[in-house]
Amino acid sequence: MKRLYNRPDAVVDEAVEGLALVHPDLLRLSPDPMYVTRADAPVRGRVALVSGGGSGHEPMHVGFVGPGMLSAACPGAVFTSPTADQVEAAARAVDGGAGVLLIVKNYSGDVMNFEMAAELLAADGIATETVLVADDVAVEDSTYTSGRRGVGATVLVEKICGAAAERGADLAAVAELGRKVAARSRSLGLALSAGTVPATGRPGFVLADDEIEFGVGIHGEPGRERRPMEPADALTDRALAAVLDDFAADELTGDVLLFVNGLGSATPMECAIVARRAVRTLGERGLRVARSLVGQYMTSLDMLGVSLTVLRLDDDLARLWDDPVETVALRWGR
Amino acid sequence: MSEELTGADVAAVFHRYAKTVAELKDLLTELDTAVGDGDHGTNLDRGMRAAVEALDAGTPGTPGAVFNLVGRRLVSTVGGASGALYGTAFLRAAGAAGDATGLDASRMAAVLRQATDGIAARGKCAAGDKTMYDVWSAATEAVESAAAGGTGLAAALSAGAVAAAETVRRMVPWQARRGRASYLGERSVGHRDPGAVSSQALFECLAAQAAA
Repeated sequence: MKRLYNRPDAVVDEAVEGLALVHPDLLRLSPDPMYVTRADAPVRGRVALVSGGGSGHEPMHVGFVGPGMLSAACPGAVFTSPTADQVEAAARAVDGGAGVLLIVKNYSGDVMNFEMAAELLAADGIATETVLVADDVAVEDSTYTSGRRGVGATVLVEKICGAAAERGADLAAVAELGRKVAARSRSLGLALSAGTVPATGRPGFVLADDEIEFGVGIHGEPGRERRPMEPADALTDRALAAVLDDFAADELTGDVLLFVNGLGSATPMECAIVARRAVRTLGERGLRVARSLVGQYMTSLDMLGVSLTVLRLDDDLARLWDDPVETVALRWGR
Repeated sequence: MSEELTGADVAAVFHRYAKTVAELKDLLTELDTAVGDGDHGTNLDRGMRAAVEALDAGTPGTPGAVFNLVGRRLVSTVGGASGALYGTAFLRAAGAAGDATGLDASRMAAVLRQATDGIAARGKCAAGDKTMYDVWSAATEAVESAAAGGTGLAAALSAGAVAAAETVRRMVPWQARRGRASYLGERSVGHRDPGAVSSQALFECLAAQAAA
């Protein structure tokens, strides 16, 4: 395996340090325990947003730190949630007196460590609320599993809640908004090949040349099924059908935000080809793509694949989506 | 054979465990790649190396102090579900051990009970979910019933290790209901759970130390 690494166990530290070095105007790095805050944190009187998760999904989450989005991000080891004391320290550093919103993707490790951090913060009188993102329709939501995985909707929750916090909404309102975005979003991913974890140097799974993993997770977890490879339009329609089938029939009307996310090795051309079909198919189903995001925002190392996320918009959500944001990965309106 | 584990003995248990985890690292990673995301061996090894380093830096105090130090190091270095679960278990164990200078069979049973209940509370898991909790629960029950019957510490912990190993084997055909393996649904059947295997190793280290 040829990679631009120095040492497999240093990839996270070195990558985060690199971003902090090239964006001193935007980011401030605290090395131990490791977290990254926006350079002007804490912002007095504003709700702070803290997220985090395993590394290997760049630009998420450090790439979303800055005005209009996250106050702090806690990168864990590759595909491993951050520790509770990373989250606790980050929350302390960015709390501007208006409380801290914790945005958590629904994986056992993330849920437990953020929960421990919230307990530690509560003991010190720092108010927190948690928004749990669980939008992956590939996974059955039942009492017999740990529930749905959190995927693409995380980016949308972070952007929209960040805008509301910047406008001065209080903690309860920002949390409620986050839950609303999560509840109105559905996602599905598919992989043509797996990502390779630096520590092992081996792909997480192996697919035949004519095979795809339909419903893949962002850590290479298996999805709904292995299927034959098909042209981009057919795969796009198949993924969209799974996403749309998960909404109630009477929800399938009006404006949506379409998020076409490359999982690491999909080229910009491939993402655009998928987006082309998705906009048309959604139109045929009576849904207007009023906002969109297309590119690599939540990757799975070098996985070749895409995920599709549909968020049912309303005027309020569209306005907050359009609000200014200034981060490494998302930047507009300023 | 010892009928009581001192703080130094508990520290020795964790030295044994760190060595065992380093040896099991590849196996744990392989088991976790099949049902999860393949990081259990690497993560637990990183945490136990940090824990042993912290133990070596100070003089061992009471058993409670040793559990506390190890729990804190795991919580702050491991991340993931295993850091939270093992960390919580040892921090609860520390609370149960209190200021006692030695743990005999009945005290050890009480310590393991608190740790096991901590895992259930943190992981929101129950018996039969096919997680490390099943192993902790079975091993703790075995230690409790041996202690209640007046058995000494070494025999009680040996019963715990046997129950742990039996449970790991018994769990293989189960379907996982919590944790990342639960996403596999029926495909989790037939696999050994990596957290169960690393837990079995801990109970074996406890038994080995008491037998030494």
